[in-house]
Amino acid sequence: MGIRTVAIHSDVDANAVHVKMADEAVCVGPAPTSKSYLNMDAIMEVIKKTRAQAVHPGYGFLSENKEFARRLASEGVTFIGPDTHAIQAMGDKIESKLLAKNAKVNTIPGFDGVVKDADEAVRIAREIGYPVMIKASAGGGGKGMRIAWDDEETREGFRFSSQEAASSFGDDRLLIEKFIDNPRHIEIQVLADKHGNALWLNERECSIQRRNQKVVEEAPSTFLDPETRRAMGEQAVALAKAVKYSSAGTVEFLVDSSKNFYFLEMNTRLQVEHPVTECITGLDLVQEMIRVAKGYPLRHKQTDIPINGWAVECRVYAEDPYKSFGLPSIGKLSQYQEPLHVPSVRVDSGIQQGSDISIYYDPMISKLITYGSNRAEALKRMEEALDNYVIRGVAHNISLLREVIVHPRFVQGDISTKFLPEVYPDGFKGHKLTDLERRELLATAASLYVAEQLRSQRFLGTARIPVAKSKRSSWELSVRLGDGIYPVAVSKDGSSFSVEVDGMKLNVTSEWNLASPLLSVTVDGTQRTIQRLSRNASGDTNIQFLGTVYKLQILTKVAAELSKYMPEKAAEDTSSILRSPMPGAVVAVSVNPGDTVSEGQEICVIEAMKMQNSMIAAKTGKVKAVHCKAGDTVGEGDLLVELE
Amino acid sequence: KEQKDFVRKVSAGCRISFFLSFAAVKYRDWLSCGRGKLTARERILLLLDPDSFDEYDMFVEHRCSDFGMDSNKNKYPGDSVVTGRGRINGRLAYVFSQDFTVFGGSLSGAHAQKICKVMDQAAMVGAPVIGLNDSGGARIQEGVESLAGYADIFLRNVLCSGVVPQISLIMGPCAGGAVYSPALTDFTFMVKDTSYLFITGPDVVKSVTNEDVTQEQLGGAKTHTAVSGVAHRAFENDIDALLNLREFFNYLPLSNRDPAPVCECHDPSDRLVPELDTVVPVESTKAYDMLDIIHSIADEREFFEIMPSYARNIVVGFARMNGRTVGIVGNQPKVASGCLDINSSVKGARFVRFCDAFNIPLITFVDVPGFLPGTAQEYGGIIRHGAKLLFAFAEATVPKITIITRKAYGGAYDVMSSKHLRGDANYAWPTAEVAVMGAKGAVQIIFRGKEANAEAEYVDKFANPFPAAMRGFVDDIIQPSTTRVRICHDLDVLASKTQSSPWKKHANIPL
Repeated sequence: MGIRTVAIHSDVDANAVHVKMADEAVCVGPAPTSKSYLNMDAIMEVIKKTRAQAVHPGYGFLSENKEFARRLASEGVTFIGPDTHAIQAMGDKIESKLLAKNAKVNTIPGFDGVVKDADEAVRIAREIGYPVMIKASAGGGGKGMRIAWDDEETREGFRFSSQEAASSFGDDRLLIEKFIDNPRHIEIQVLADKHGNALWLNERECSIQRRNQKVVEEAPSTFLDPETRRAMGEQAVALAKAVKYSSAGTVEFLVDSSKNFYFLEMNTRLQVEHPVTECITGLDLVQEMIRVAKGYPLRHKQTDIPINGWAVECRVYAEDPYKSFGLPSIGKLSQYQEPLHVPSVRVDSGIQQGSDISIYYDPMISKLITYGSNRAEALKRMEEALDNYVIRGVAHNISLLREVIVHPRFVQGDISTKFLPEVYPDGFKGHKLTDLERRELLATAASLYVAEQLRSQRFLGTARIPVAKSKRSSWELSVRLGDGIYPVAVSKDGSSFSVEVDGMKLNVTSEWNLASPLLSVTVDGTQRTIQRLSRNASGDTNIQFLGTVYKLQILTKVAAELSKYMPEKAAEDTSSILRSPMPGAVVAVSVNPGDTVSEGQEICVIEAMKMQNSMIAAKTGKVKAVHCKAGDTVGEGDLLVELE
Repeated sequence: KEQKDFVRKVSAGCRISFFLSFAAVKYRDWLSCGRGKLTARERILLLLDPDSFDEYDMFVEHRCSDFGMDSNKNKYPGDSVVTGRGRINGRLAYVFSQDFTVFGGSLSGAHAQKICKVMDQAAMVGAPVIGLNDSGGARIQEGVESLAGYADIFLRNVLCSGVVPQISLIMGPCAGGAVYSPALTDFTFMVKDTSYLFITGPDVVKSVTNEDVTQEQLGGAKTHTAVSGVAHRAFENDIDALLNLREFFNYLPLSNRDPAPVCECHDPSDRLVPELDTVVPVESTKAYDMLDIIHSIADEREFFEIMPSYARNIVVGFARMNGRTVGIVGNQPKVASGCLDINSSVKGARFVRFCDAFNIPLITFVDVPGFLPGTAQEYGGIIRHGAKLLFAFAEATVPKITIITRKAYGGAYDVMSSKHLRGDANYAWPTAEVAVMGAKGAVQIIFRGKEANAEAEYVDKFANPFPAAMRGFVDDIIQPSTTRVRICHDLDVLASKTQSSPWKKHANIPL
């Protein structure tokens, strides 16, 4: 659009992608958000210094902060978003519901007010009737949101939510409302100008969530019929008009199984998942926002808004999906390669190879969007894109994402916000290999091993003492995968390998480029992209296969037979020690050495990436030693408390 | 022909009968019962390529006749060591593997003679010697004959030093005089929990110094890899150790007559490494991990680190660049700010000398704030020990490439393979600060704290690579992401480097 840009950043983001892309960049403070990205004084200073004419607030941070919008207005700087009135009205959960009611928008029953203390929280919760949802009034998304099923949980929820609200938003007001069980989360994108025009740009299905945060989004939704879509769209537009909304906004609805929909809230900013809407409508929402902010009228009519094809977005997080569907992970991205070579893929990210994923910010790595003429095509491309995504150095949730998008229930569109806990009641454990897939994995791993062995005998240049040429063409291997040990026989067959595993012969071909992070392997005609994450001389090999990382140990048959004589190294007893499941800061320690704790009792609270996690005792016992105190920074696996 | 066939049959028969009759099964049980050890032959089987082992001296027996040793039941063909030659990934190696099942692997005259034979041949042919040590010590029944045997081996260790690589893998006890053979070799590796190295065992220690100490504390793998610096690395178990040794062997040239080996490489030599542009933190006091840099420039991120748990303020080890083996030395800012102290100087010096002796190019990453001050270091002789590293870098004639990533302060700048010590290619990253000392200290000395803006002025003047570049002390200031490309190009050119030092019997390194 020919607009010159200024990026703001914190100390630790000095080398971030957005900083490099902008024409100018200014540092607004140290890493903690309250001192940088939420530091209005510093940001206003930058605006003055750079003589910026307009500010796009992005999502999160100050994007829905009316005070910030007001200060910009008083300086004569354009806020690229709705005006202060709309932010205030929609930012306040209570006022927004009243407005929605007045605009004839369906709202959730049992809605109530702001809370002062735990007792009042319990009283309100009882009035509404359990279950209830407790969250910060100022917070968007699922941050600070907790579900309470009884008085005790209400008190606990109140305590956590108010602390989180204070630390993340600097505003400890809370909201308690009726919790609708098993709903879908569907939202309508609206776009309005300053001339009273408003459009709805169809819906986004955001039901796949973990801890009330979205993981997979798509547009359109498999669930809505054109009538419901129009009804929702028209109500959303009515609400936008009622608050004289301008710019892009999102009206979130909960939709129950009978397609009744209830207004949840309106986000007065660009949403993280806006790309899926852009894909199916062809509109560039940020561009439209800037045009609207400038005062131009909308270029489109409602009839101009199409649904072209299907788009899916996966939020790729630096987190360990095996721990409650994702606990944050930190580290340096030692290798990072986006799957941009796959057709119809869009990746929105702010990081690159070498970036640090720190404890200060949301652990999102990128938004991975694929597009297709229909849902199946979009999902197929997503599968391919996830397989071709190289992320090394931090844990990531690719395995979970890939499992979700191929799960029969998801493929049929049978989803709700409870999808993850329903499909994985015992927690996510990674992909479950079928017999054929296991054979494919074993054959691939064994072939890789042999390819590596063959290469290690190829020396370039002439040697004083000639290298003995090996005439070997077959290998007897033993591969350990999980609890099983599988004999695998590999024989070289020209440039491919013929592998016998479980009495089945498989043909494995590849270019065997052992340095490339992505390896395209064809096993008996099935082409797959796998990633060999690591290998060592001891035969340990980690392979990412179908999204999940498998630990294998490949030894020759001789070495495997001898390895039974090797001593077993004793494993640590984990029930009497408490280790930090993730890196973060210790907020509170509730026990002292000598205390007796009962199983399930809270021992300490760890905050990471704006989320508080209660650490509980795994067994009843006496506290032997406490290795942390409030305010400490701890790493993943650090010892916190020992029991006797 | 018939005669030949007969001989072959006999020898094959002997081999088989030897393998079986030698109470292998019985000892197998004894060995594996909680000890987690393999037999001497099983070790060779795993170390060498299949069917490549040619054994020597299988019929040698010990010659002791005292204490009933001459009775038939005390005679074992081959005595307490298995020797021979074989191939590791097709390349020749000489091997001896001590057999703990025969008199506790103790060293008899015959045992020593067998080892000396393979060492002599290795030196003559020009191929490495690998020792798998598992011996209780001298064969006490033989007395002085055994001592003479040790000395014969020591002499050969010394004569072979710098001629062929010598590697010791300690796979059991190794006590008394026996420890000096591994100590004289180039690399000593250990197996965790089952191997020990000490001059005298815990009992003697107790009686002499009244210290209570376990075998593991006194001479276990942890002690020697982290505290004493005697061992270069430790592995989980016998199998792990032998497999790693095979991989390690591929980095080494066969002798001082051979160039560093070049393996087939799939990692492009012109690969840019974008993350290096941001790896050095903005604040010069903040630490980063030198291993991140090393892994990202090396072929396929592979780095065989030597002494990873000892003197961690310096990192040394082998990697490949475009397939060619290189020795990498780097200050580690993450540990003690990467300063040079006694232990890190000695660790670095020995590694540099190995590389120089065996034609392995040296790549040095510099981020060093100086030598560590203090009485502990001065009393310990940091001057003498620091001089070893200086000596080693100065005398090395292999290709030397140096990259200054950040600090190169004071005398430590000179030491770390600087241009002045015959560096072939010396580069600085834009973050480099080549100066006599940090700005704060310098300003205190120059102005005695009277100049308010002096520190900023000093930073402007010296906390950057330009003064050094203007004088030609660094050849170029390079974009960090191009480091791998530059090194690979330089190594190609420097492969034909020749450089010599004045004639001497040998140099006198400050030991």
